[in-house]
Amino acid sequence: MIKLVNVEKAFGRQQVLRGVTLEIPKGKLTTIIGRSGEGKSVLLKHIIGLLQPDRGEVWVNDVEISRLRGKALNDVRKQFSMLFQSAALFDSMTVFDNVAFPLREKLRLPEREVRERVDEKLERVGLAGMGHKFPAELSGGMKKRAGLARALVMEPEIILFDEPTTGLDPLMSNTIHRLILDMHRTFGFTAVMVSHEIPEIFSISDWVAMLEQGRIAAMAPSADFQRITDPTVHEFITVGGTVSLKH
Amino acid sequence: MTAVLQRVGRVTLSIVQEMGRMLIFLLSTFGWLTRPPFRLFQMVKQLHFIGFKSTFVIVLTAAFTGMVLGLQGYYTLRRYGSEAALGSAVALSIIRELGPVLAALMVTARAGSAMTAEIGIMRITEQIDALDTMAVNPLQYLIAPKIVASLIGVPLLVALFDVIGIYGGYIVGVDLLSINAGAYWNSVETAVEWKDVYGGIWKSISFGLIISWICCYKGYHTTMSAEGLGTATTEAVVLSSIMILVWDYFLTSVLL
Repeated sequence: MIKLVNVEKAFGRQQVLRGVTLEIPKGKLTTIIGRSGEGKSVLLKHIIGLLQPDRGEVWVNDVEISRLRGKALNDVRKQFSMLFQSAALFDSMTVFDNVAFPLREKLRLPEREVRERVDEKLERVGLAGMGHKFPAELSGGMKKRAGLARALVMEPEIILFDEPTTGLDPLMSNTIHRLILDMHRTFGFTAVMVSHEIPEIFSISDWVAMLEQGRIAAMAPSADFQRITDPTVHEFITVGGTVSLKH
Repeated sequence: MTAVLQRVGRVTLSIVQEMGRMLIFLLSTFGWLTRPPFRLFQMVKQLHFIGFKSTFVIVLTAAFTGMVLGLQGYYTLRRYGSEAALGSAVALSIIRELGPVLAALMVTARAGSAMTAEIGIMRITEQIDALDTMAVNPLQYLIAPKIVASLIGVPLLVALFDVIGIYGGYIVGVDLLSINAGAYWNSVETAVEWKDVYGGIWKSISFGLIISWICCYKGYHTTMSAEGLGTATTEAVVLSSIMILVWDYFLTSVLL
């Protein structure tokens, strides 16, 4: 389980997180929503130790990671994968090598086994036969799929998704969301997703949390979240189109 | 007055902090260098990029530097009837100073700027964060091979520069200005001592470290914008070039 306790973070004079307390249920898909610039990606980076809080604690499976460095932090990170907003594929490598990278680096598997696992994951995300291409040759949606294949290849316990549909058209966004949901159901990992895609996220998430003014304003199971009457939450999800779609 | 002092203090503190961060960056990289896995393939790849791919520009620079030294040296020495000393003038200038300094400046311009840009783009597009999330240390995977390759590659390029430069002087002095070939080589042989070569090697190793250290640091800590990357690349090249010249002076004063 992932737990954040009173996490505060400032960049210079700009206070981004003002005491975030949040529990991410194990094996569930939890989506964090909130206005642009509220610090959702910053929050996600705290969970995987890319950023350290100024105050507060970050717990991952009973290990407090906010003060960990070096090997100890890397050991915790082995439980994670992350799909970045930009997919963050290594542009000097082919799609195949990108997906194979964590296997070669961390597991040092025989090349035959690497090929099998990579081909299987590429097929799952609909990129079979695309392994030889370089990231620059892929469309935005294909890059996200390749990023998803790389996130899945180690079959981690936890996957973080940082706005996985940013920059994609509505159809492709829907496809990526469905893909994430399918993979989540198949592999059963704990998923934490940052997204603006309202109302789509309500149909794929188990839990939804909203970050507002550096704190968690609300967290509830997806179906209940849409019934929250708090004006800030209600306004945010209404403007996002939920209410109109519900009726 | 207080405001001026405050500003001076602020600037001084920020410079000291930046120097501290740079030192920690270098020491951490060396720390990761000693831990497995040892990334030999990455090192060879970087050696190919920094060393082999700089060969053409080094040969060209060295040839014309040697040739212009031959030309200038000949007309200066002729005033004193000492044309036969041209070989020593060319060889000592190149081996002691021009070889290490010019080769390092060319490597900075060609490979150093590319290092900053490559690492900076990886930072902006979150590729460095992706390495971190995969529990692969970016200092070990990205930076350490570049520093090792630079420490090996720059001295080799300087050696090449020295040889080509001396031959450049030979072409102008012997083939164009009709100095005796034997006199040229004899002058080189009698003037150049082991300590000159040794000093050049030390200089080139330290320049290799300066280039890779500064250029990697600037790329690694670039701000998240295209403008920031441009600034980082410019700063990397300017700072590396200045540091090469400043360090050259200090090293020369110690080695002489």
